[in-house]
Amino acid sequence: MSKPFKIVAIVLVVLAAGVGKFLLLNGHTIDVLMPKGTIAKQELDLLVTATLLMMVVVIPVFILTITIAWKYRATNTKAKYSPDWDHNRAIETLWWAVPFMLILVISVITWKSSHELDPFKPLASNKPPITIQVVALQWKWLFIYPEQHIASVNLVELPVDTPVNFVITSDAPMNSFWIPQLGGQVYAMSGMSTQLHLMASESGSYHGSSANISGQGYSGMKFIAKASSRHDFDDWVTSAQQSPSVLSKAEYDHLALPSQNNPVSTYTLAQADLYDGVVMKYMKP
Amino acid sequence: MSILGRLTPEALQHGPLAAIGLVNVAIAGAVAALVVVGLLSYFHLWSRLVGGAKWLWSEWLTSLDPKKIGVMYIVLATLMLLRGVADAGMIRAQQVLSVGSSHGVIPVDTFQQVFSAHGTIMIFFVAMGLMFGLINLIVPLQIGARDVAFPFMNSASFWLYAAGMALINLSLVVGEFAATGWLAYPPLSELAYSPGVGVDYWIWSIQIAGIGSLLSGINFLVTILKMRAPGMTLMKMPMFVWSVLNSMVLVAFAFPILTATLAMLALDRALGMHFFTSSFGGNPMMYINLIWAWGHPEVYILILPAFGVFSEVVATFSQKRLFGYKSMVWALGAITFLSFTVWLHHFFTMGAGANVNAFFGIMTAVIAVPTGVKVFNWLFTMYRGRVHFNTPMMWFLGFVMTFTIGGMTGVLMSIPAIDFQVHNTLFLVAHFHNMIIGGVVFGYFAGITYWFPKIFGFKLNERLGRYAFWCWVIGFCLAFIPLYILGLMGAARRLDHYDASMGWQGLFIVAGVGVMVIALGIGFQILQMIVSVRARKQNLDTTGDPWNGRTLEWSTVSPAPFYNFAITPGVHGRDPFWAMKQSGHVRSEAPKYQDIQLPKNSAMGIFIAAFAFAFGFSLIWHIWWLAVVALLGIISCLILRLTNDDTEYTLTAAELARLESKNSRKGIRS
Repeated sequence: MSKPFKIVAIVLVVLAAGVGKFLLLNGHTIDVLMPKGTIAKQELDLLVTATLLMMVVVIPVFILTITIAWKYRATNTKAKYSPDWDHNRAIETLWWAVPFMLILVISVITWKSSHELDPFKPLASNKPPITIQVVALQWKWLFIYPEQHIASVNLVELPVDTPVNFVITSDAPMNSFWIPQLGGQVYAMSGMSTQLHLMASESGSYHGSSANISGQGYSGMKFIAKASSRHDFDDWVTSAQQSPSVLSKAEYDHLALPSQNNPVSTYTLAQADLYDGVVMKYMKP
Repeated sequence: MSILGRLTPEALQHGPLAAIGLVNVAIAGAVAALVVVGLLSYFHLWSRLVGGAKWLWSEWLTSLDPKKIGVMYIVLATLMLLRGVADAGMIRAQQVLSVGSSHGVIPVDTFQQVFSAHGTIMIFFVAMGLMFGLINLIVPLQIGARDVAFPFMNSASFWLYAAGMALINLSLVVGEFAATGWLAYPPLSELAYSPGVGVDYWIWSIQIAGIGSLLSGINFLVTILKMRAPGMTLMKMPMFVWSVLNSMVLVAFAFPILTATLAMLALDRALGMHFFTSSFGGNPMMYINLIWAWGHPEVYILILPAFGVFSEVVATFSQKRLFGYKSMVWALGAITFLSFTVWLHHFFTMGAGANVNAFFGIMTAVIAVPTGVKVFNWLFTMYRGRVHFNTPMMWFLGFVMTFTIGGMTGVLMSIPAIDFQVHNTLFLVAHFHNMIIGGVVFGYFAGITYWFPKIFGFKLNERLGRYAFWCWVIGFCLAFIPLYILGLMGAARRLDHYDASMGWQGLFIVAGVGVMVIALGIGFQILQMIVSVRARKQNLDTTGDPWNGRTLEWSTVSPAPFYNFAITPGVHGRDPFWAMKQSGHVRSEAPKYQDIQLPKNSAMGIFIAAFAFAFGFSLIWHIWWLAVVALLGIISCLILRLTNDDTEYTLTAAELARLESKNSRKGIRS
């Protein structure tokens, strides 16, 4: 490799790394690495554990690659040369066995964590959970609070340290419901009702979005997940219950029409079984 | 209904995509012209330029010689690579510029078509094209055969691939492309949400190319099983042939699933059926299962031959036998089997339940074991070898580094609870580019550089190859490491716009610079081709064995003659050519030539593909009469070809002797 080219390459890398770092440190959140909910926290712990475990293989591979390639370079005639040495049962067994053991460990982790962090599994807590029904529409999120008889668009309020049972469906192409700082995503599908159990551990406003392409307005399918104290949450519920907008079947049908970048709004819920109706709509012949 | 179905003058693109389309067509045309001119000048045919087209037709387009078909595959795949990279550039440009109050350079719908086309093209028309190109070039030579099992079917497969490619490019100018992502999940891809012709273009371009791939898979499966040189038992086959055998088994099992799935989606769209619709009993989740039951093996279809290339490259450039041959074979077999047991990891988030998710997660992680074994075996092939750092070997080292990272992130995502947080984000996008670029693309580049002299008779320029390599590796890191971080920051894939407050723009800029560095690498590769052709006299391969090779393809002259071997070689062990060189029996003293049978050229593959193109086009635009005509055309061509007994000719022993003495006298055509 020629020298000027090498210099250009190095400068480019350093420059890019510098720019990247500057922009990264500019006060922005790395949502997955900064969890604000119990599930997201456990998922992060899992991510860290698995990454460290993988280093058991990755680091030796890197070291072996560089040292072997360098030591046995053709110009190094002092290195041993055995052109016909092509197998060794002991070391081959070793590298079937070591990755196998590692994967065995990972498998145990996978099995346990899949059950512990199953999104369908209700969370244990001494506080009673609240249920929030989620409907993905073209192109906004509708949140229905059946117990509080309210609904909201593109905003989901929830109390901290309280388990939230999201039940999720879609009256639109498939979407994926995701609040990274609270926990992982689950698909929203028409005619189906999926579940996601999350619990915020800190007050704050967190980004929520769809992670699955759903047509023209896909990138606008963002919402705010606002976790607040029980008191503040109750205040919000009370104010929403006084909302002049009423979510009836007719109003829902109007809301479900394709529209983009809808502002946050709240409704009082006129029809308690609205969610079931949305799911069942696709079951009828 | 009009005689032209849905096709009206309004179908012609007028938006920015039309301009992009024209630019693409112009680039493709210019490169194609360059290639043709290059080939013409290489073969000293300037004086016969008038007959150039005729020459192209009779020497290349209608040829049934797998080496020529292989070259045509690679030329087309390279053209499509340029389009795919142009698409990647547009995606990055949009994501860098479309922040906050700005909405970037291209409209949403166009952006969605661009990334859908990028994925479709890169997998079906670049990776698959390069793969079948390399397989065509090398598999017959490596097994000591003169041809493939079904030479005509091979040509038809290639032309079906070309027809699919023509169709997907036509969508730039007439109509539109799918805006649904490269796998077109329903219900988004159903009529209710995508009423235009875009999804139909997607269906029919890959349906036609996919049938070509299936036929090719069967062809090479039979070729490898039935046409090996005497003495080459399965356990004496070169590792590249083993990897192709496994890959072709996957093609034979996986591609029918794709064909059936696409057919069902087409029925939904054209005839109003309800296989995958949301309502009326349709089940989109079934589609997602089926498409990944093809899609996951597809990943291994692409990567296994790349593993095979590296097995050849590492042994040759380390001047040492491949370490752990048996382990390698078992590892390939294990990967092949396991690749059909993991498809659900593409949608852990669909809510299958903990037991199901855990099972598929574990099976996915298990694949890392045989893959890791292969990496260690390659490293120990270098151990106590004499490692020459030629370009193919550089691609190998780059591959180990990037692929290991990709493997690690792959194992991370195999754990469902981690996947929930990174699924469908740019983290996932970074992971699969890590595997596809670092694994598949680097592997094929290594293979093309390694076998280039065998096909063309001269080596490629090393220095420019190295520049290209460094651009690709550095560009790759710049383009995809930011995407890992962006994914963790909560950036989903396929977003055409985001808020400035997310703080993603800086990383998108870095990623965009990465794409430019990769584009520079491609520029070096094009330059490398031009420089190498011009300076070929200095890099001639006069021995037929430029790298001190080990396998049979290096025992014949370079460029390999159209009949591959004058005398079918006998094989007594692995690395047969290395053994011949060690024992001093490279070529026998007074060879006894025999008459050999070779396939005649045939244009029927082109005709079939032309009708298939018309068939696809007519189904996209609902021009039903044309569909019937085209289908009848395909059937007629098949009957004509299959009832023709005069498809071979004899190359007499005398003629063979004359050609061979010419070869040995000149060393090589220069």
